[in-house]
Amino acid sequence: MSPVMGRLVALESRRGWQVVCGLAVVFLLVVPILNQVVPPSSPFHMPTFWVVILGKYMCFAILALSLDLIWGYAGVLSLGQGAFFGLGGYAMGMYMMRQIGDRGVYGDPVLPDFMVFLNWKELPWYWQGFDMFWFTVLMVMLVPGLLAFVFGWLAFRSRISGVYFSIISQAMVFAMMLAFFRNEMGFGGNNGLTDFKDLLGFNLSRDSTKVGLYVVSTATLILVYLTCRFVVRSKLGRVMVAIRDAEDRVRFLGYSVAWTKLFIFTLAAVIAGIAGALYVPQVGIINPGEFAPAKSIEVAVWVAVGGRGTLFGAIAGAFAVNGAKSFFTGAAPEIWLFFLGALFVVVTLFLPKGIIGALSSLRRRLPGVRQRETKVA
Amino acid sequence: MPEMPDSLIYLDGVTVSFDGFKALNALSLIVEPGELRAIIGPNGAGKTTMMDVITGKTRPDEGSVLFRHTVDLSKTDEAAIANMGIGRKFQKPTVFESLTVFENLELALAGKRRTIDSLLWALDGGKKRRIETVLETIRLGDRRDELAGALSHGQKQWLEIGMLLAQEPDLLLLDEPVAGMTDAETEQTAALIKEISVDRSVVVVEHDMEFVRNLDTRVTVLHEGSVLAEGNMDAVQNDPRVIEVYLGR
Amino acid sequence: MRLFSALLFAMSLTVAVPEVRAQSASDGAAFADGLAALNTKGFDDKAAAINALAGLGDPRAVDVLQAMSEGLLFYRKEDGLVVVAKEAGRRQYDITDPVSAENLGVVSSRDLRKISANNRLRQLIRGVLGQFALLDEDVDRRIAAALDLMKSPSAEAIPLVSAALTQEEDPAAQKVFQTTLSVLELRADDPATRLQAVEQLASFVDPTLKTHLERLLLHNGDGFVEPDEGIRNAAAVAIERIDRRIAYLTVIENLVFGISLGSVLLLAAIGLAITFGVMGVINMAHGEMIMIGAYSAFVVQQAFRQFLPPELFGFYVVAAVPAAFLLAGTVGLIIERGCIRFLYGRPLETLLATWGISLILQQAVRSLFGANNREVANPAWLAGSIEITSGLTFTVNRLYIIAFSLIVVALLAALMRYSRFGLNMRAVTQNRSMAASMGIATGRVDALTFGLGSGIAGIGGVALSQISNVSPNLGQSFIVDSFMVVVFGGVGSLWGTIVGAFSLGIVNKFLEPFSGAILGKIIVLIAIILFIQKRPRGLFALRGRAAEA
Repeated sequence: MSPVMGRLVALESRRGWQVVCGLAVVFLLVVPILNQVVPPSSPFHMPTFWVVILGKYMCFAILALSLDLIWGYAGVLSLGQGAFFGLGGYAMGMYMMRQIGDRGVYGDPVLPDFMVFLNWKELPWYWQGFDMFWFTVLMVMLVPGLLAFVFGWLAFRSRISGVYFSIISQAMVFAMMLAFFRNEMGFGGNNGLTDFKDLLGFNLSRDSTKVGLYVVSTATLILVYLTCRFVVRSKLGRVMVAIRDAEDRVRFLGYSVAWTKLFIFTLAAVIAGIAGALYVPQVGIINPGEFAPAKSIEVAVWVAVGGRGTLFGAIAGAFAVNGAKSFFTGAAPEIWLFFLGALFVVVTLFLPKGIIGALSSLRRRLPGVRQRETKVA
Repeated sequence: MPEMPDSLIYLDGVTVSFDGFKALNALSLIVEPGELRAIIGPNGAGKTTMMDVITGKTRPDEGSVLFRHTVDLSKTDEAAIANMGIGRKFQKPTVFESLTVFENLELALAGKRRTIDSLLWALDGGKKRRIETVLETIRLGDRRDELAGALSHGQKQWLEIGMLLAQEPDLLLLDEPVAGMTDAETEQTAALIKEISVDRSVVVVEHDMEFVRNLDTRVTVLHEGSVLAEGNMDAVQNDPRVIEVYLGR
Repeated sequence: MRLFSALLFAMSLTVAVPEVRAQSASDGAAFADGLAALNTKGFDDKAAAINALAGLGDPRAVDVLQAMSEGLLFYRKEDGLVVVAKEAGRRQYDITDPVSAENLGVVSSRDLRKISANNRLRQLIRGVLGQFALLDEDVDRRIAAALDLMKSPSAEAIPLVSAALTQEEDPAAQKVFQTTLSVLELRADDPATRLQAVEQLASFVDPTLKTHLERLLLHNGDGFVEPDEGIRNAAAVAIERIDRRIAYLTVIENLVFGISLGSVLLLAAIGLAITFGVMGVINMAHGEMIMIGAYSAFVVQQAFRQFLPPELFGFYVVAAVPAAFLLAGTVGLIIERGCIRFLYGRPLETLLATWGISLILQQAVRSLFGANNREVANPAWLAGSIEITSGLTFTVNRLYIIAFSLIVVALLAALMRYSRFGLNMRAVTQNRSMAASMGIATGRVDALTFGLGSGIAGIGGVALSQISNVSPNLGQSFIVDSFMVVVFGGVGSLWGTIVGAFSLGIVNKFLEPFSGAILGKIIVLIAIILFIQKRPRGLFALRGRAAEA
């Protein structure tokens, strides 16, 4: 067994692998079967509506993982994660816009409707190539990664950290929102990109496509989880935690704090971009609202609720908070913001380790289950 | 520097000022390879600032800081300086509290430091044995899997020294290594430092005179940012200027 | 300004008017002829007669024409004398000879015949009377009349204006009349007059006159509006001079606008700056303190409307300032004691928790007052605008806000400099643990600082309510801007905050015309990110070992 394979196997304990595989089977196989194979008359049938919601949550969970990497492990609170999510989403949106072809309202074979409406004569240079799927996939990762690299290089090189970094990253996402609101940017301004028809030839309004997207999102979540697991279990993961604890000490040990942070920040941005790209075809629209600072900071509360510094916590938090959001915005929309606000306060004050942390310390207190005190990873 | 052929660290006319206050005032100091040097001085004498300058944390306003005659440390960043073989222990013990003792040492262990190396790094038998050896030296073998945050103050000091050992530096800078230690621990630490200094240079900053006497080595007295006196402990203690600085006011 | 014009008005009443009357009495014969010409049958003839009478520039014509449009102009059957009548009972009129202003006693309507006017003539008279306002007793009305003429200039009004100018004694009115005359003369038939007018206008360098000069250079069918090339060249030179002046005035205008934007930023940022300086935490609910202040202004306004006599309404702003300070300050204290103090040493968590609080506050205000914008009215003394020079006008409220923010900052600086609390605050900012070991109750300092910072933000909200509408998400946009000010100026430095706020305000305003408001904002954000590369601790950074830790 090669050393890399060995490390892959060692990512999880035997029990850990059992849990991961169990969840993978449930979400990758059982859910689609309940939707597609079980007839609608059966009480076990799962409506497509629910599958789509789950698919969205999968994307949120990927986004939460990306923030958890940089905040939970390296201690850098990025309030601009939505920028990368949005960029990934826009890249995918551009591909689907180009796929519309001459089926738009104005019937222009190349130009998307909004460009015809703005009286543009030709496709801007940065829209070139988005008719090819492989190019789009590349851009989904490259564009957020590049932005994160440049921004992070500027920030980490001059040792901007703590609240400084948080606010500067919020300013970045805010600036993106302002920029994308402009029609001149060529991304549909206010309305963003929408009215998508199909993706790789699959009609987006078909149930089977929706379930397909759900399956892809779930599989991606599992892959991203394993990737993150690989990173945080490596020595680099321990360097990250060390940076969180005592940045100066890490420097005097000879590690470059700036490059470590930059690597993680860029990786997190790429992951967020992927999440955005999977999200957009499922909701059918991408607009500058995704860059609203409030959306980015909300991701922090998902991670905080679940338990930062634990990968499972980030995923669980994304599901829990978004589940609550779906429930409240349906049942009592005014209450939601009160609840969300209270969640921020309560979690930081009373649950600094989140649900997962609270559960594991509860388990430790139970007699008979005395466990070795160790970090949850 | 032809007239100083055997200097490991060479400080010449180093001045650092904070808003007009001169923390270091034209400080010149030479540490030879393999030397154990104790530095004492009253509060505000510039001891910690001197360490900051050598390790790249603070940039001097004037003067030069040379390592092995050639490398200008005033233009090098902390990580690069550490990788050249200069290790530093902080005044306040600083270990990674949410990592275990073993993992702390693992991070400190000499080796490639690039991000990609860390990502692909794997613990093999050789590395494991080196960590075991350090654990032995700092007497923390039985607590290797505990979180460093759970250690006592003295144990954290030791762990930090252990991390420096694992780093295998040519020059060790120890800022108050026995602060907050019991007498027994202090004695053990003195022995440990002497042991360490056999094959590397060590600079110790301390307030504890008894401890410095125990080290039995060359002592430099700093005062208001420059060297006041230098020599063995007895000579220094009988120097009238030193007496005035320590007792006169 | 207002006092000045009142003074002029008083002067014009006592001195100018009688003299005007005396002078114009000399050519009484022409006036009498013109008057007689009104007594004609056809309306076209009457119109010509009205214009001719007006052209004389005799102020006595005003009463006559006024009477004509009201149907009170008659001629005596016995001698054809045109008289102005006043109703004096049933079919009885009290008549006056407009030429001599001599009262001719009460006569029966049978002795008189009306010189009638139709709607077209009444309209004509209105226009003519408008020109005659140039001779009004009230200097303000005279000036307004001249400005009116400039809006729809025609060569016909030249004699009237020039007559009015010779009689005018008020210097301000003289200037306006001269300008008006020149504008009208641009349309004169005589090229020499036109050239003189262009040169005259050029000497005024008034941006509002630019369009009149530009008209000369326009194409008009087969040629230019102005046929004479020499005049066109002179006009071009004049336009260039005016353009330079406009550019110069624009700089001043942007500067003042920038400073007023900066002073709002300053009020918003200074509270953030001191709390960040003292406690090292960012209060994401700081913008909501501004919002609370603005809503206090709204509530105080409503209370004044409801319960106090209207004369007192103007003082609601004065009452709103302490109300906002107390309310926002109290909310700040509650936040600090109830939440933030449990999170010391965890600035990122503080940031998240205060964000949560800001969501709650916003939603609470939305539930209380509704999601829509609320309008806070300017009281009279804050409304209106001041014209500094022609083409440069500022609204009063902006100027007040600048002064107000400077006063607030001066008070704060005095508090920091001279009070015990200020000393403690500075001590904690520089070195918290040292301050604590010197016996300063850092917890108390924190709480009071937080309350103070929030209170000032509340005051900022009152100021903001005077220039924009009040809505629940009013504070949202301020947190990033305020933080930029703090980052730029340097943490814990009052001077840094002031310089930071004003520079950001001014830079924003100067960028706007070139790049639009949004792009300008983006440029500023990027510039600041680059700026921290060079000076990570801002312009006025604290230096030293404690500050670096």
